[in-house]
Amino acid sequence: MSVLIKGARPYGEDVADILLQDGRIAAIGDSLSVPGADVVDAAGLVALPGLVDLHTHLREPGREDAETVETGSRAAALGGYTAVHAMANTDPVADTAGVVEQVWRLGQEAGLVDVVPVGAVTVGLAGERLAELGAMADSAARVRVFSDDGHCVADPALMRRALEYVKALDGVVAQHAEEPRLTVGAQMHEGDRSARLGLTGWPAAAEEAIIARDVLLAGHVGARLHVCHVSTAGSVEILRWAKSRGVQVTAEVTPHHLLLTDECAEGYDPLFKVNPPLRTDADVEALRAGLAEGVIDAVATDHAPHAVEDKETEWASARPGMLGLEQALSVVVATMVDTGLLDWRGVADRMSARPAAIGRLDGHGRALAPGEPANLLLLDPGTRAVVDPAALASRSRNSPYAGRELPGRVVATFLRGVPTVLDGKATR
Amino acid sequence: MKRHLLEAADLDRADATLVLDTAAQIDQALAGREVKKLPTLRGRTVVNLFYEDSTRTRISFELAAKRLSADVLNFSAKGSSVSKGESLKDTALTLEAMGSDAIVVRHPASGAPHRLANWVRGSVVNAGDGTHEHPTQALLDAYTIRQRLGRLEGVRVAVVGDVLHSRVARSNVRLLHTLGAEVTLVAPPTLLPVGVGSWPAEVSYDLDAVLPKSDVVMMLRVQAERMNASFFPSAREYSRRYGLDARRMAALGDDAIVMHPGPMNRGMEIAAEVADSARSTIVEQVGNGVSVRMAVLYLLLGGAPS
Amino acid sequence: MASTTEPAHDGAPSPSAVLSAADVARVVDRMAHQIIEKCAGADVVLVGIPTRGAPLARRLAGRVEAFSGSPVDVGTVDITLYRDDLRMRGVRALEDTVLPEAGIDGRLVVLVDDVLYSGRSVRAALDALRDVGRPRAVQLAVLVDRGHRELPIRADYVGKNLPTSRSQQVKVHLAETDGADEVLVIEEGSR
Repeated sequence: MSVLIKGARPYGEDVADILLQDGRIAAIGDSLSVPGADVVDAAGLVALPGLVDLHTHLREPGREDAETVETGSRAAALGGYTAVHAMANTDPVADTAGVVEQVWRLGQEAGLVDVVPVGAVTVGLAGERLAELGAMADSAARVRVFSDDGHCVADPALMRRALEYVKALDGVVAQHAEEPRLTVGAQMHEGDRSARLGLTGWPAAAEEAIIARDVLLAGHVGARLHVCHVSTAGSVEILRWAKSRGVQVTAEVTPHHLLLTDECAEGYDPLFKVNPPLRTDADVEALRAGLAEGVIDAVATDHAPHAVEDKETEWASARPGMLGLEQALSVVVATMVDTGLLDWRGVADRMSARPAAIGRLDGHGRALAPGEPANLLLLDPGTRAVVDPAALASRSRNSPYAGRELPGRVVATFLRGVPTVLDGKATR
Repeated sequence: MKRHLLEAADLDRADATLVLDTAAQIDQALAGREVKKLPTLRGRTVVNLFYEDSTRTRISFELAAKRLSADVLNFSAKGSSVSKGESLKDTALTLEAMGSDAIVVRHPASGAPHRLANWVRGSVVNAGDGTHEHPTQALLDAYTIRQRLGRLEGVRVAVVGDVLHSRVARSNVRLLHTLGAEVTLVAPPTLLPVGVGSWPAEVSYDLDAVLPKSDVVMMLRVQAERMNASFFPSAREYSRRYGLDARRMAALGDDAIVMHPGPMNRGMEIAAEVADSARSTIVEQVGNGVSVRMAVLYLLLGGAPS
Repeated sequence: MASTTEPAHDGAPSPSAVLSAADVARVVDRMAHQIIEKCAGADVVLVGIPTRGAPLARRLAGRVEAFSGSPVDVGTVDITLYRDDLRMRGVRALEDTVLPEAGIDGRLVVLVDDVLYSGRSVRAALDALRDVGRPRAVQLAVLVDRGHRELPIRADYVGKNLPTSRSQQVKVHLAETDGADEVLVIEEGSR
């Protein structure tokens, strides 16, 4: 099967045709012509490598009413993704080879993106003893990223052992940095707004304290550490310091933390309840700067579908989390590209190359170049559209961007040369 | 007036003054009457939706509604709506289908009345939500101060105690500021929220320094359980540093008054001889609560929905 | 909030004054004489209906005392909380309810209002009186009766009968509330 993409601008640069053949990019050049190839008119569209998400909640097994591997895969493809890491906090928890293989197989069956399971660090996410990390690494799912996301590996001794142990697996521990004793009952960022709204505060220090501890541990044992959903200016400073000291630490930021602030909590709509919470304008600025600088390596969605009944409730009872896959690239365009902080190569680096490298995904995050796997997306950067939750492919509707106008529309996505999205619609 | 009373900030100075004036007129109209009932809200239905036990607030609202001839339904649901089955939204829609014109809601979750207001067409009155606000308490406190001191503008009010967890404090800071009073919060730093600096109030850790400069001392209830979470070392130390006893009361000016939203911990934040003294407005506050809540219900429900 | 007080007049065509200040004084005097005559020997309380019924009741009381030589009790009863048109007209600020110390039980209450129109205000006032006591009898005194009753109510003392159409507005201005005494008839749309 051959696909000829006519008139695209790879990385937003010079116009070129791109020929996809046998799952690879066969050629990039002027006026390519291949008899029998399906032609995609890409005039005016930016071509980027397929995006890679380090942090997706697909909810299957356990909460198929909120999302399934298939619906989440479709949302990912529509967002320009070709690979997503499925977080371990399912029911049952992905803490055994059996569960991670099940998730991996469901992803293969859906066939819209490569679903890469994340394994739990501790049994049942309980933070007490290590799960069988080796068995998950050796399984068909080839797990390399381990995380108790949703829970912090708070015990420092256990965290040290986890960091050490995954060295043998070429793995990485992705830490949900939240000192639990400092966030008992926490509902939103602790500051002026939480004081007035009477919602228990989630102090920035609770995140920063764990990151500071963990970079010291990672440096001490010479292991790889990845920090999930960095949300504060202080965290960016600690990461900058750790990287300057040569610690093998990487970090991600979510689209919502790049765009939204705790102001969204006014009105108490739990659509905006998320963990870690939305922070302040100053934090948003620092996160954008950190991502531009590379102190923060990647954008990761923390796509967290929730059923209506888990969000249409009082704030304290609602589950934290928000959708992200379908709008992530648009948010990055709005916050990083339109602001001049990143060019398209920068976007490709932070949303594809670096997350693929962190997750050790060989077939993803590669350059748009002949011979490379044909994982790519076509983006219309000029279109602006108002987000309509009812139109989302996710089974859930908890998009924080509902009613908001965002730039950029993913027109097509190709997974190993096969279109998963064409004309902005999923092909299956 | 807005359609709902969710927090003190819903009232601008004119609205807040109107509520107090209306309460005063109602007091005057009912003074000395045998029949303490007005036909104003005949045919309207007021639902008291209480997710927390609070007999005193509930009966105050119930009496207020009944004195205005509204039909009153008491709906108490304890515990979290989600864990106990029916969601807050479903409950709200049910009450609306029954024809409620106003829902008076008490809920352990901050912001629950705001959510409710999105789901119903009638008025919502916040009767205390989590650690957020309790606006009718602030109104009755302002009413009591005005009644005793004759004014609110420039009155110096010390609010003493567990500000962090107090919805009464949040509502009072906002409302008293709106009405021109000067509020000073007095508490150990552990019982003040991070971000209190953005409130329209002064902050002090030293009760003895504040008392001589206060026209009103409003004591907040302090729960002994806070001790176990290390907000303070012991009840005895709290009481010694932040309790209002007879010795401290002597430092007050001649006309200064002592308030407490109740229920009191006698011997903890307030000594019995202070609570029972002539300065104490604690009993008046209860009576004023009914008048103020009548005024609120009248002003929210009396008119055509606009 | 809706208000019963409206600006006197702020544009052409100029409304026509049907009673001047002198007319109002003369009419009040006559009503006072009628009350003295009709209530001779009775224990009278004049109760004004705010807004303008209140100062009117005080004036009548003053004239009754001047003409008869004996003082007469006066009070006000606010009817806002007794109105049946709240849903249509919206809430309004309440006004004073002040009754004489002796109360109204067993006494002859003369309700006083500025304009008698539909009769609904009087009905509300009767309901209010019922809740504050049990008068021996209740009479009604109004400065202007403009007709168009919607209830079986009539006045015992009328300062001036003023035939009007429903499209017209009748405005009573009193020195206490409006700075000067006059009664105006205003055509709809003239303001």
